Amino acid sequence: MLKVNNINVYYGAIHAIKGVSLEVKEGAIVTLIGANGAGKSTILKTISGLLRPKTGEIVYEGKKLNTMEAQDIVRSGVCQVPEGRRVFANMSVLENLELGAFLRKDKVQIKEDLEKVFEKFPRLKERMTQLAGTLSGGEQQMLAIGRAMMSRPRLMLLDEPSMGLAPLLVKEIFSIIKEINLSGTTILLVEQNAHMALSIANYAYVLETGKIVLEGPAKELAESEQVKKAYLGG
Amino acid sequence: MEDLLIFLQQLINGISLGSIYALIALGYTMVYGIIKLINFAHGDIYMVGAYVGFFAITKLNMSFIPALLTSMVLCSILGIIIERMAYKPLRNATRIAALITAIGVSLLLEYGGMLIVTPQPRAFPEVFPQTKISFFEGKVYMTNQQLVIFAVTLILMVLLQFIVYKTKTGKAMRAVSFDKDAALLMGININNTISATFAIGSALAAAAGVLVGIYYTSISPLMGIIPGLKAFVAAVLGGIGIIPGAVVGGFLMGIIEALVSGYGASTWRDAVAFGILILILIIKPSGIFGANIREKV
Ligand SMILES: Nc1ncnc2c1ncn2[C@@H]1O[C@H](COP(=O)(O)OP(=O)(O)O)[C@@H](O)[C@H]1O
Ligand SMILES: [Mg+2]
Repeated sequence: MLKVNNINVYYGAIHAIKGVSLEVKEGAIVTLIGANGAGKSTILKTISGLLRPKTGEIVYEGKKLNTMEAQDIVRSGVCQVPEGRRVFANMSVLENLELGAFLRKDKVQIKEDLEKVFEKFPRLKERMTQLAGTLSGGEQQMLAIGRAMMSRPRLMLLDEPSMGLAPLLVKEIFSIIKEINLSGTTILLVEQNAHMALSIANYAYVLETGKIVLEGPAKELAESEQVKKAYLGG
Repeated sequence: MEDLLIFLQQLINGISLGSIYALIALGYTMVYGIIKLINFAHGDIYMVGAYVGFFAITKLNMSFIPALLTSMVLCSILGIIIERMAYKPLRNATRIAALITAIGVSLLLEYGGMLIVTPQPRAFPEVFPQTKISFFEGKVYMTNQQLVIFAVTLILMVLLQFIVYKTKTGKAMRAVSFDKDAALLMGININNTISATFAIGSALAAAAGVLVGIYYTSISPLMGIIPGLKAFVAAVLGGIGIIPGAVVGGFLMGIIEALVSGYGASTWRDAVAFGILILILIIKPSGIFGANIREKV
């Protein structure tokens, strides 16, 4: 479904991503794990069109994302839940969800999807008219995920959804990600929390300072000595 | 009693003047909110608006409302063109580069304007023959022009409120102002949203230009400089980037200026305006509505 072919991404002179290739198969949960500063967010931003690779290409269902505008990438079904949630704090929960459906014109289905989001996150329904900035961290993460669902993505990119959340909430968020996947959305999940990520993913990549150093089925990686040592606390 | 009547009279004058400042300040604040640029050419858009109104009325024999609308439409297009040609290429440049460019655009409009319409001030035609509505045996009055200014301003503000809070474009504007990258991830077209912001801001300035024409009856190519600066102060006073702040700041500036003039210190009124700027910058740089630390929309 998505193929990243040997991309190089720079911030000015800083060479942040050094020849990364990865693949996400339709229906899968693929995870990209790595330490802080490894370049995980840079890869997701490049897929979403916020950054351009200097060389290499990103192909999604035959379309070259690396030459497309961010809005066309969203329109073609790739949506991102960014690191740090990035909800519009000065707008209501409902307005945030409506912005998720910004490119859609099918009013009836938008309403249905809104109901689906509220079913999944009843707390968002209770806080519908509240400003997003007043929500707790966990609720903001739910809002960010709900907002992404509102675009009816076929591929959802999630950037560290567990960041800063209590263990119980992390569990909840991960089971929701699993549910979203089961209902037909392919997932590319970026995490520092390797343990949780590997437990729900089918396939995994390990990123270190801008390079993929290891890849394989998530179960195998979870057993590998190298991963255990570096990412699973021994 | 006399004192109170003078105060009331100046309050009425101040609200009229404040309407003009508020309309201009809105454009400053919206543009700042979305691209963090103090658009110093904004006062000159107001001047162009006054001239378009002038020619629409005198040469095309339009009545007030069609002239107002023509001016608003043409100035929104001008605003979009200025943004696309002058500011867009500098979007990733330093703020100071964009600021200097804005001053350049401002000079271009002022001196280009002189070239086209001559530096000669012109008398704005009397669209509404002046009548006065008197209170307190004629000691306090409001002219019908003041009434028109206030009414038009009010209508435009309600309209703006509607656009910003109820339409898709308005939601996009707020989203882009708050977080550009997050807005991009929603599929919002940043360029179109910025254009819309310039269009709306410029249309409001154009309306202010036509209104000031019928109020002060004289227009000239440099007429935008001082009101532009005062509207900028108004926007800072309310909290730059905050829409209700621009409205409150604008009315406050107008009222303060009218009171200073009304109590016989009219030569001081410009000094007072800029004194206010210095005071806010010292006491609360984020303005009346601004959060204390973060700069926000
Ligand atoms: N805007 C930026 N400008 C310059 N360098 C950046 C910028 N954003 C990230 N970097 C650098 O790129 C590298 C990868 O960052 P990032 O993709 O955010 O890592 P991760 O998401 O894995 O923590 C880091 O070394 C970081 O310092
Ligand atoms: Mg990151």
